[in-house]
Amino acid sequence: MRIELVRRPNPSALYSALSPLLALAITAALGAVMFALLGKAPHLALYSYFIEPLTEVWSIHELLIKAAPLILIAVGLSVCFLSNNWNIGAEGQFIMGAIAGSALPILAPDFQGPLVLPAMLIMGMLGGMAYAAIPAVLKARFNTNEILSSLMLVYVAQLFLDWLVRGPWRNPEGFNFPESRNFHADAILPEIMSSSGRAHYGFVFAIIAALVVWFTLNRTLKGFEIRVLGQSPRAGRFAGFSYTTTVITTFLIAGALAGLAGISEVSGAIGQLRPVISPGYGFTAIIVAFLGRLNPLGIVAAGLVLALSYLGGEAAQITLGVSNKVSNVFQGILLFSVLACDTLIHYRIRIAGPARAE
Amino acid sequence: MSFEMAEAILLTIATAATPLLIAALGELVVERSGVLNLGVEGMMVMGAVTGFAAAQLSGSPWIGVLAAIVAGAVFSMLFAFLTLSLATNQVATGLSLTILGLGLSGMIGESFIGTPGLKLQSWVIPGLSEIPLVGKFLFAQDPIFYISILLTICVWWFIFRTRAGLTLRAVGDSHGSAHALGIRVIRIRYLAVLFGGACAGLAGGQLSLVYTPQWVENMTAGRGWIALALVVFASWLPWRVVAGAYLFGAVTIAQFHAQAQGIAIPSQFLSALPYLATIVVLVLISSNRRMTMRNTPASLGKPFVPER
Repeated sequence: MRIELVRRPNPSALYSALSPLLALAITAALGAVMFALLGKAPHLALYSYFIEPLTEVWSIHELLIKAAPLILIAVGLSVCFLSNNWNIGAEGQFIMGAIAGSALPILAPDFQGPLVLPAMLIMGMLGGMAYAAIPAVLKARFNTNEILSSLMLVYVAQLFLDWLVRGPWRNPEGFNFPESRNFHADAILPEIMSSSGRAHYGFVFAIIAALVVWFTLNRTLKGFEIRVLGQSPRAGRFAGFSYTTTVITTFLIAGALAGLAGISEVSGAIGQLRPVISPGYGFTAIIVAFLGRLNPLGIVAAGLVLALSYLGGEAAQITLGVSNKVSNVFQGILLFSVLACDTLIHYRIRIAGPARAE
Repeated sequence: MSFEMAEAILLTIATAATPLLIAALGELVVERSGVLNLGVEGMMVMGAVTGFAAAQLSGSPWIGVLAAIVAGAVFSMLFAFLTLSLATNQVATGLSLTILGLGLSGMIGESFIGTPGLKLQSWVIPGLSEIPLVGKFLFAQDPIFYISILLTICVWWFIFRTRAGLTLRAVGDSHGSAHALGIRVIRIRYLAVLFGGACAGLAGGQLSLVYTPQWVENMTAGRGWIALALVVFASWLPWRVVAGAYLFGAVTIAQFHAQAQGIAIPSQFLSALPYLATIVVLVLISSNRRMTMRNTPASLGKPFVPER
């Protein structure tokens, strides 16, 4: 028995819409098996993972807090991936954005007023862009593999943040804890509806970013260039589109959004710099981008799903006593399922018998 | 620097270089077949945790080594099934293998955190290991070091001196032509990915059974990615992989010694050295297009679906 792929004449519209849902179903099924193996009742586990966090208002706020960075980063990554630029260093760009934006309230705590927050957000975006520019320029100028260079820079960013909060940026009144001083009130990203929960404006930024990028990709010439160069660099060059410009532009967009995510997280959810400010958002966002089929609007939905997997992990740890590492496993299985289901869009799958005359 | 110290440094460089060498050799064979498996980090960390767990449960580090190899190989088949049988995007699938591996290993290893590990004993060859300076380096090492040297020779011999190696390179350079000649492209690629997985698993086992005999979450710390960079650095030639792996081993060890000497550079900056070195090396190699293009497998990363 073996699997044969038969190419469809046209990509299947049905499966384009269905494949993310199919992938979620497969993930839930595999998750049930995994919980059964861990000796937990699968239906209870899945309930506390995927339903329980949605039953209370405060917990929906938490969902939006976690979805904001995922959506922001993934929207940027979708631009990169569509143009065939494999930026997998968003985690580093997130951290550098957070550091650049935090410089203001940490180094100049006496500078206060309504200008602080906008300045921080802009500095955060610039920080992310500057860091994303490194692999972009290396790729455009020296043909350096951007996958490896962007990933290596993640480790460097993590170490740099670690050094800052343990060294020069450590809180002078912090009893030697490795954390920066707390941001003053003007440097905190406000909450959307502080009466019901902690969700901050980061989620609003995410929605705006998704809409703007969707419009750019689908309704402007620049978006068309990005798509063409991603699908066929040769065709793009014949059309006179610049490869170098596109490499750099797409990386800068991704860096700006990851940087914005970083500073929003630090100023909205944490309120200071710590040695670790992200539970791997930059990597989970890769899954979000694919689950959203690289479409910014799909990414909003996908970001909410993956945010749920983080929350569910915390809930399941408390109610069932399973490790919160289960979330990472879920996320890995989900990406595998998405990729496998996407095959159905371009191919029909035929199971062939063992013996066949050639 | 004293004589004994030089001896000890050489020894530790080899221990740091061995996992990079083994993982990179495996990936080299995979890429020579035209497949880009970015899941090395994930397979390696699965090898590390499985090897550690198996050694703990059985009481024998050798069982651990075997389990690490098997874990890497089994895990690689997940990648092979998706990319080869379902023709998924190799970059994305490799990434998901890494994400899944890091998550799964964290879950499996949680109960082993803090447990003192079992160390694979070194094989000291009497007489030869007494040779000054290089004796200990060459003849008083852990068994996986010897395996890594043997593996280098075997991979070189296989790729350039056997018919099967020629077939492998043909598949990697032009899968269409290879298929037209009746070569079973998909089957050969499955075998190559399996070999790469076994190597990555063994490399991970070396980390948790020799290098630092314990389990720490994410203990591979990017070594799988450095191994991927080494393959590019080596322009797909096995002997250059050895040079690259030892260069990186030396950078890693230099950083430890600098920290131990109390040099007034923050430890984080020293820890960042191997990653920065990787980028610098990649830039130097890739800016020389002639050199990289000569040996790059032409079908690298392109999915192959046989036409009926």
